Amino acid sequence: MTRWFALGLWLALAPSPAMAGEGLRKAALVLLWTPQAQFAGYYVALEKGIYRKHGIDLAIVPGGPGRPAADYLGDGRADFAVLWLSTALLRRGAGVPLVNIAQIAQRSSMVLVARKSAGIRMAADLGGQKVGLWGGDLAIPARAFFDRHGLTVEAVPQSATVNLFLRGGVKAASAMWYNEYHLLLNAGLDPDELTVFRLEEGSLNIPEDGLYALEKDIGRDPDLADAFVRASLEGWNDAFADPQEALDIVLRAMREAKIPANRVHQAWMLARMEEAIRPAGRMTGVLSKEDYQAVAGELQRTGLLREAPSYGSFVRPPRAHP
Amino acid sequence: MHIPRMIAARLILVTVLSASLVFVLSLSVTDLRSRAIIEAEAAESARNLAQASVNRVEAVLRSVAKVAEGLARTLESGETGDDELSSLLRRTVEANPEIFGAAVAFEPESPEAPGRRYAPYYHRKGGKIAFVRLDETMNYPLQDWYQIPRELLRSGWSEPYFDDGGGNALMATLSVPFFAGAGETRRFRGVVTADIALDWLTATVGSIKVLQTGYAFLLSRNGTIVTHPVADRIMNETIFSVAEARGDRAMRALGRRMQRGESGFAPYTTYAGIESRLYYAPVPSAGWTLAIVFPEAELFSSVRHLTLTIAGIGAGGLLLLAGIVAQTARSITKPLSALAEATKEISEGKFDAALPASTAQDEVGALSRAFSAMTVALREHIARLVDATAARERIEGELRIARDIQMSILPKMPPFLERKEFGLFAVIAPAKEVGGDFYDFFEMGENRLCLIIADVSGKGVPAALFMAVTKTLIKATAKAGRGAAEILTEVNREIAPGNEQSMFVTVFFGVLDLNTGELVYTNAGHNPPLLIRRGAVPAYLPASRQLVVGAMSGTCYRNERVVLAPGDRLLLYTDGVTEAVNPGGSFYSEARLASEAGRFAGQGIQDAAVDTLASVQAFADGAGQSDDITIMLVEYRGAGEPSWPDRSLGVAS
Repeated sequence: MTRWFALGLWLALAPSPAMAGEGLRKAALVLLWTPQAQFAGYYVALEKGIYRKHGIDLAIVPGGPGRPAADYLGDGRADFAVLWLSTALLRRGAGVPLVNIAQIAQRSSMVLVARKSAGIRMAADLGGQKVGLWGGDLAIPARAFFDRHGLTVEAVPQSATVNLFLRGGVKAASAMWYNEYHLLLNAGLDPDELTVFRLEEGSLNIPEDGLYALEKDIGRDPDLADAFVRASLEGWNDAFADPQEALDIVLRAMREAKIPANRVHQAWMLARMEEAIRPAGRMTGVLSKEDYQAVAGELQRTGLLREAPSYGSFVRPPRAHP
Repeated sequence: MHIPRMIAARLILVTVLSASLVFVLSLSVTDLRSRAIIEAEAAESARNLAQASVNRVEAVLRSVAKVAEGLARTLESGETGDDELSSLLRRTVEANPEIFGAAVAFEPESPEAPGRRYAPYYHRKGGKIAFVRLDETMNYPLQDWYQIPRELLRSGWSEPYFDDGGGNALMATLSVPFFAGAGETRRFRGVVTADIALDWLTATVGSIKVLQTGYAFLLSRNGTIVTHPVADRIMNETIFSVAEARGDRAMRALGRRMQRGESGFAPYTTYAGIESRLYYAPVPSAGWTLAIVFPEAELFSSVRHLTLTIAGIGAGGLLLLAGIVAQTARSITKPLSALAEATKEISEGKFDAALPASTAQDEVGALSRAFSAMTVALREHIARLVDATAARERIEGELRIARDIQMSILPKMPPFLERKEFGLFAVIAPAKEVGGDFYDFFEMGENRLCLIIADVSGKGVPAALFMAVTKTLIKATAKAGRGAAEILTEVNREIAPGNEQSMFVTVFFGVLDLNTGELVYTNAGHNPPLLIRRGAVPAYLPASRQLVVGAMSGTCYRNERVVLAPGDRLLLYTDGVTEAVNPGGSFYSEARLASEAGRFAGQGIQDAAVDTLASVQAFADGAGQSDDITIMLVEYRGAGEPSWPDRSLGVAS
């Protein structure tokens, strides 16, 4: 059934020689990470021809270890990027003229996970311990968390897996609520064996996935940015409306990328993404001024960002949204 | 017709049910025990099979570990040039077919220690040995195979992974850290790695043959499925994600037992939904788990066949049993049913109905014979009863007539009306049986009134006849001028000689002179009459000392006399009065009669007589009356005296 559907879809959406090149604008979206349900909306929009419908011949470039999405955007290898707000702000501060054209996730999903059996039950217990932190900008929310709790930890670079934590190489590990936390459960740890620190708690909500483009690109082709955002949000709405179809699409992309593809795990991820993207059951797609100011203020306070751009110059007005 | 069928059905039901129960119980026990035996055997063979397989994998893992450790110790023993290291690595891969690739990865330089970012790697590629510098293709310090032994400072097997940028294959890597210096100055310098390709593991584990459709699979330390008949599961699922997808908590618990390095037997449902048993055992050096799946259907197929065969035999046996019981039940109930039919006819009066199976020697035959005998007895009994009833009815009819005749002998009422010299009222309450009481009164010549009351001994027709004879004789003998004694003597002379039945009669015979009030009487053994003198307490005449009439021939009676004054009364009665019995068993008695008669002295004679009778009957209070009750009340009023206007004369019976 699914196979025939996919075949039909492919036949319907395969670019005809006449259409290729004419009318469709080529564009590339670089993801923050390897294919997974975190990016279900974009894969669904691509697979179901929503980008084509909006006049875009989109290529999705998976991110991953050693492939920072911001670099791809900054040096023009991609026209659009999925970036965390903190990363984007720092890049903007470092002179990359990127602009938030849509804020997909409204709530932070980042957590720190520790074993209760290692004696870690509250934030203070993390002091002086080996903690796995993702490289670069992804460590910002965790570092802000330690800063706010006045903790010094021994940071250990964290790889793409949670195996170091599982083998006991670190006392605590970075984890996304929608991803690594569930991987730990699927590696046999029970929820009641884990202490979970939600980094958004304590009024520091650093919204994560947003869509970014370079200022000059938007200036050159504002319609493309508008169409891209519209198609992307439509893709997300479709993904939430039919999660099973979305999972089929995502799992296919994962198998093509030869990475572990587990339906139960991706179902968990898609459901958690919906909580982050539609916290009140409604998708805004817009970065709120309050969140922006809180995050910018925090980055300035911790000295990571010297000068924050104004909200108006960092965020493209939501006129582009349907 | 319903009862026999029910007996047959009940017999079949009870027999077959209890036999089935016993059969099913024993079959279940057999099945369970056989399964237990098979399961124990299967567990044993599973353990052996698993252990043999684990040993095969373990031998390879150990040999790989030995090679890698040897390399690490070589590196620790002194400085090795890049070319030397390169050829060492190449030879290692070449010489060990189980090794897919080998690398030495050095710890990069850090502020604390010197180092270099360098990681040569040899691996198999298309039948040749290829070389890659991992430091150029990946950020190797962030790989699990590097980072975990670096942080833990001990060797170990990695989780299986797809080596992107290295061997570009699914593999598991053994990493052995190597160090510089010793003791306090010991410093981590990097890791030696040796990979095994998952293809090889899959082939090894896949070659494990388990029954017909059983299979084996390998789980990593994280529970990740490393080898599996379904390729899609490999690296994609963990036992915990499968448990989550199935909502199977027991499976998750099983996974955790496996992670703890336990071994054992557990129920398991395969990916194809087949109920199975799973035996699991650890692969110690890698922390992995080998699981062997035995489909239950195959495991227990011999038991199932045995159980089915026994069940088939048992079912056939039960059918046979039911048939036999049905046949037996029918042979028992058929004559019973016929007997019931015949009995119904008998109950309708057809005593000549044929009774079946009376020759059979069993209980039914006995019953039939008993019925037959009963029918004969019943027939005779009914015939006798009919005769007896006819006879009794005839006798009763004759007795009724005898009684009517007897009563008709007594004086008709009212014999004396408006006599101014005396008043008389007699009443008789006959007992149910014909009794022998009688009374009589008649005039004898001028102004003489004869008063007779008598009681024949015995009851029934003889008494009635004797009474009739006596009364007639007395009447015939009583002639003017004769006295009471003379008359009774004459009557006795007539009766006594032919009296073979020794019957007798008590008689009070009085002759009242209506002019003088003189009563000449003879009391032949009768109750003494009660004399109720006007205004005085009633008193009995002296008791009789003379023989009853009819008892002895030649008896000579004598007269006695008493003089009545006008207004005096004489109460004559039979022993039915004084010997009336109440429910308490006491007699009415002469004393009570005297006091009751005194109470009624002021009333007219009819009322007084009737009330006296009522008093006796009230005393008896429903107790059966066994004797006639006769009362005759006479009042003397004097010659030519004016009559007592309030007193009338009458007789009632």
